[in-house]
Amino acid sequence: MNGSLHLWLIPLLPFAGFLFNGIVGGKLPKWLVTLVGLAAPLGAFLVVLSAARGLIGFAPAVALPYVETCPQPWISAGIVHVNFSLVLDQLSTVMLLIVTGVGFLIHVYSVGYMNDDAGFARYFSYLNLFLFFMTTLVLAGNVLLMFVGWEGVGLASYLLIGFWFHKDSASNAGIKAFIVNRIGDFGFLIGIFLLLANFGTLTFSQIGAKLNADPTWQGGILNIIALCLLFGATGKSAQLPLYIWLPDAMEGPTPVSALIHAATMVTAGVYMISRTHVLFNHAPFALGTVAVIGAATCFFAATMGLAQNDIKRVLAYSTISQLGYMFLGCGVAAYSAAIFHLMSHAFFKALLFLGAGAVIHAMGGEQDMRKMGGLWKKMPVTFACMTAAVMAICGIPPFSGFFSKDAILYAAYLHGTEGKILWGVGVVTALITALYMFRLWYMTFLGSPRGEEHHHHPTPLSMQVPIIILGILSLCGGWVGIGRFGRYLGHTVGPMPTQGGSLRLELILSGIAVFLAFEGWMIIDKYYRRNPERPAQLVARLPGAYKLLFNKYYVDEMYGATFVKPLLLGSRYVLDWFVDKAILGSAAWLLAGIATMSGGILQRWQSGNIRSYAAWLAAAAAAVLLFVVVPWATVLAGFGIHIGMAGH
Amino acid sequence: MHLILFFIFAGCALAGAVNLLLQSHPINSALSLIVVMISLAVLYLLLGAEFLAIAQIIVYAGAVMVLFTFVVMLLNAGREERTRGSRAALALGFPAAVAIVAIIATVILRAQGLSTAGVQQGITSTAELSRVLFHGLLLPFEITSVLILIAILGAVALARQGNGDGERKAGK
Amino acid sequence: MNSFLTHPIPVSWYLLVSAVLFALGVIGFLVKRNLITVFMSIELMLNAVNLSFVAFAHQWHAVKGQIFVFFVMVVAAAEAAVGLAIIIAVFRARNTLAVDRINLMKL
Repeated sequence: MNGSLHLWLIPLLPFAGFLFNGIVGGKLPKWLVTLVGLAAPLGAFLVVLSAARGLIGFAPAVALPYVETCPQPWISAGIVHVNFSLVLDQLSTVMLLIVTGVGFLIHVYSVGYMNDDAGFARYFSYLNLFLFFMTTLVLAGNVLLMFVGWEGVGLASYLLIGFWFHKDSASNAGIKAFIVNRIGDFGFLIGIFLLLANFGTLTFSQIGAKLNADPTWQGGILNIIALCLLFGATGKSAQLPLYIWLPDAMEGPTPVSALIHAATMVTAGVYMISRTHVLFNHAPFALGTVAVIGAATCFFAATMGLAQNDIKRVLAYSTISQLGYMFLGCGVAAYSAAIFHLMSHAFFKALLFLGAGAVIHAMGGEQDMRKMGGLWKKMPVTFACMTAAVMAICGIPPFSGFFSKDAILYAAYLHGTEGKILWGVGVVTALITALYMFRLWYMTFLGSPRGEEHHHHPTPLSMQVPIIILGILSLCGGWVGIGRFGRYLGHTVGPMPTQGGSLRLELILSGIAVFLAFEGWMIIDKYYRRNPERPAQLVARLPGAYKLLFNKYYVDEMYGATFVKPLLLGSRYVLDWFVDKAILGSAAWLLAGIATMSGGILQRWQSGNIRSYAAWLAAAAAAVLLFVVVPWATVLAGFGIHIGMAGH
Repeated sequence: MHLILFFIFAGCALAGAVNLLLQSHPINSALSLIVVMISLAVLYLLLGAEFLAIAQIIVYAGAVMVLFTFVVMLLNAGREERTRGSRAALALGFPAAVAIVAIIATVILRAQGLSTAGVQQGITSTAELSRVLFHGLLLPFEITSVLILIAILGAVALARQGNGDGERKAGK
Repeated sequence: MNSFLTHPIPVSWYLLVSAVLFALGVIGFLVKRNLITVFMSIELMLNAVNLSFVAFAHQWHAVKGQIFVFFVMVVAAAEAAVGLAIIIAVFRARNTLAVDRINLMKL
């Protein structure tokens, strides 16, 4: 039963691909780069599949959780003992399937999408690097190794956002993402230190065991640790207050947005909270904060998505909003539901991005939805799959999103009194989601073509196939059902909360959500199909609200005024003028003056005259002779001073 | 007999060395140095080092000093210029030299067990010397030949006409 | 008279002569202003050391001391050749042999 798996292959195969393509890829023919770039994630996916046989009904290869530890310790200093340990359990199995599976599909898609790009090999090496770090993050058996993966995916994300670094906006977006993530990582790091100080270990299983052994240990320092970890998660998963980097991250190539900024990396925060769920369960305040942040993010991001015209930005805000749902799920201790939504979201959001990529490809790089329209005739397959994804994200049965979103909302409703409010926010957001998604759908695919006529690029097969596969997954991905899924994941993250629930309640709640989703569809249908002038009239009637939404609540400007500007001014006036020039500068001048003076005195020594050097040499020789010849110990003893052996 | 020879030639050596200092023309200094070296050769002989005595005369008094005089003549070096030297050299150097002599002399005179030298106590024969040199120390001996070769090459390279930027400066 | 003639000479006398010669070499190095004479002072110092080597070789009946002198001579000969070549090169470059004018070591 307890056979051996080669877990280490999962991260290292993509790493090998990264090294190969990164070092020599630029000089090799494109087919070889493609082969290596695709083989690495495929190999990792196959290893994951063999590890995940238990999930699909076969006899599992190993008993879960299965731990693989490098015999050589990583860090061993004082109380800190950290190993390279990889852990495969139900949670990481699901996550790995998503990461490597969707990752592989997006690799395939990228072959077509990036075909004409000069940085083809560089692109694939970055993508493989991302997979390496992401699988490390998922498999990590301790917080520190997870942090390595965490930082690594941030790096890969930075590299890929700024992939077209010659574009100022792209490199700026990369820097913004990196800095905002760093702020969150700071919180994560503090959390790690506190964990180490309070538990003496960083291994997840040991932390969990210590917490389970003492059920009365609640709140206190645990709240602080959990809040620190949550702060890290908000940075990586683009939640309030650190979500601002994700919309800008759309400057990267579209497959990157699909893989990193929709399906996998941004869900790392959700994964991390699920991974440390024991801690969060012991920290009620932090858990409540998770739920509030999730609900607030999910609502605000959805409203911001209403007023965007760039197709990728709409999807970016919808990603933030859906991540908010996942946080909401975590916050009401329905971790299985959160992971379930993570999975279905990975399918339909990756699909949405890939479809958007295909549209952008077809439109010759155009991203403004106002210039699209009527594309359904030109790209029927993409249209069909995108429709499935839109239905899924809006939570219309029987598409995957319906099941997962429903599970989260149901769990929220069951979560006491405040849970009702959370549920209300979630349901309203479901309506808004339907609004902006169907707006996108109508503006892009239906109606008549707007703007000038573009030469239509056909979608290559390598892009078509992943879209179709993801379309099927978006349709069927939810049919597993939260019941079975929750039971499987329950071994790792605990069972779904069902207290006070009933089938009837669940049906009523999902009925409301579905009704609101259809309502949203109908509103958009009325505005955009039957009466195309209505949106503009609405905007004219509510200029303030539109401007607020269009400018994303001025959050970027607010951060600029509250954090960036004071920092800049402080750096310029306080640090530069006062600290640097006045204090450090004068100190430096003082030191320099001392050095110059002593140098001036010593300089006379260096006369450049050989004879004076020789004189010093002779004097030194005499001194050395004197030192050797004179029995100093005896002489000093004569003066009553005893040194060294003279004392004995 | 030994005593007389010792006094004569030790005196010659010291007088030659002092004369080397006092003479202001290099050729005179070189000639006094030859005197010192020949006197030293006799002292070696008194100490029973016959091979070294001869080598001293051939190598030093002969070859090396000839080299010196040649260079003096080649460069047509005249009397020393009266230049303002380093005060530190005189203020520091003289006491240092005197101190060195004083210290060494004290040590030597206070040392116990130094014997006396007489011809009876046996001359280290050249045969004995060569046995050590060509058996135990053959490799270092051979390496010295390489050293000499390198020195010859270096000397040729350094002294060659048209060598370095100094030549250009001096020539123009 | 006979006793005076056959009176053995203490080794320390040789050593004293050696020390004085060495000091004279040092002083010569310091006071002489001609590069060639300075070089001669160095040779003088080497010879002084050689004398003490031979004296000690006699004292301890060790052939090794004389071997040392032999090697010193070899090195001194090589050094003289190279040193004089350097002096010639310096003279060509600076057109002077005055030590005090050869002060390129000062910036």
